[in-house]
Amino acid sequence: MNQEIRDGLRAAVPVIISAAPFGVLFGALAVDNGLSVFEAVTMSATVFAGASQMVGIELFGQSIAPWLIVFSVFAVNFRHVLYSAAIGRRMVSFTPLQKGLSFFLLTDPQFAIAEARYEAGHRLTFRWYATSGLALYVFWIAETWLGALFGRLLPDSHALGLDFLLTIYFLGLVMSFRKRALWLPVVLASSVASIIAFNVVGSPWHVSLGALAGILVAAAAPLEGVREDEANEGRADA
Amino acid sequence: MSDGTTLLVILGAALATFATRAGGHLVLSRFRSIHPRVEAGLNAVPAAVLTTIVAPAAFNGGVAELGALAVAALASLRFGMTTLFAAGAVTLIGLRALGL
Repeated sequence: MNQEIRDGLRAAVPVIISAAPFGVLFGALAVDNGLSVFEAVTMSATVFAGASQMVGIELFGQSIAPWLIVFSVFAVNFRHVLYSAAIGRRMVSFTPLQKGLSFFLLTDPQFAIAEARYEAGHRLTFRWYATSGLALYVFWIAETWLGALFGRLLPDSHALGLDFLLTIYFLGLVMSFRKRALWLPVVLASSVASIIAFNVVGSPWHVSLGALAGILVAAAAPLEGVREDEANEGRADA
Repeated sequence: MSDGTTLLVILGAALATFATRAGGHLVLSRFRSIHPRVEAGLNAVPAAVLTTIVAPAAFNGGVAELGALAVAALASLRFGMTTLFAAGAVTLIGLRALGL
C-alpha cells in the first residue's frame, strides 16, 4: 500500500475511535428529535460537522424558523474559517477540485491531524488528506446510521467515559503543537478566555472567543521568531 | 415541520458549513503574500482552537476527568497519540469505576 495512504489511515484510527460514540449518539438523538433514519444519515453525509449537527437536531425538536436553524449551524461552524485559512496554505499541490473536496472534509480533527502531519515535517499531499478524511467520513455516516437504528440500546455511556474521550484526544493534539513558537502564551490565553466565555457567554461561543484571544497574543507578540528577510518581505507587500 | 422542509434545512446547513470551510482560504488566497503577524496568528490557530475545547471541560471536570487529562498530558511528553489516548481513557474509566 502507498505510504501516504497507510499514514492517512493510521492518523485516522484514534479519531475514528474517539468520535464513534458521538456519531452513534447523534444518530440516536436525531431520531429521538423526530428525524427519520434517512434524514439523520443525510445530515451526517452533507453537513459532516458533529457539534453543529447536535445543535441542529436540538432546534428541529422545537418550533423554530428554518432559516434560524441554518444560521445556528453556520455560527457553530464559523471557526472553520480559521481552519480553512490556516490549512489552505499547506495545499500548494492540490488542484481546485481537490481543494473543494478537501474543504468539504475539513472537520476539527481533520484540521488537527493535517496540521500535525505538516508539523512532523511531511508535505501535505491530497492522497494522505483524502484517505484520512474519507475514512472519518465513511465511519461518521455508518455510526449515524447505527445510532439511528439501535440508539435506545446504548450501554451506560458515562461509566465507559464516552462523553470525555474527545477532550482527552484534543488535549493530546494541543500537546503535539508544543514545539511551535509562542505555544505556551497562546494556550494560556485561550484557556483563560475560553473558560470565561464558556461561563459568561455560553457554548459554542467559547470556541471562537477563546481561539481569538490566543491568536491575538501570537499576532501581537514581538516578531523575534521570524527570520529578518521574511519579516521585511512581508512588510514590503503588506 | 414537514419532510420537505426538514431536508431543505439540512441542505441549507450543509451549504453554510461548506461556506465556512472554503471561505477562509478563498479570502486569504487573494493576498499575494502574508504579513508576518498574520502568519504568526495563523500558526497559533490549531493550539488556540483546540485549547478552547479542552480548557472549559477541564475547568468543569471532576477528579476522574482531571486525573485523565493529567495522565494524558504526562504521557504526551514521552509517547505518541494512541498511547496517550489509551492512558487517559483507562485512567478515566478506572477513576469513574471507583466513584470519583
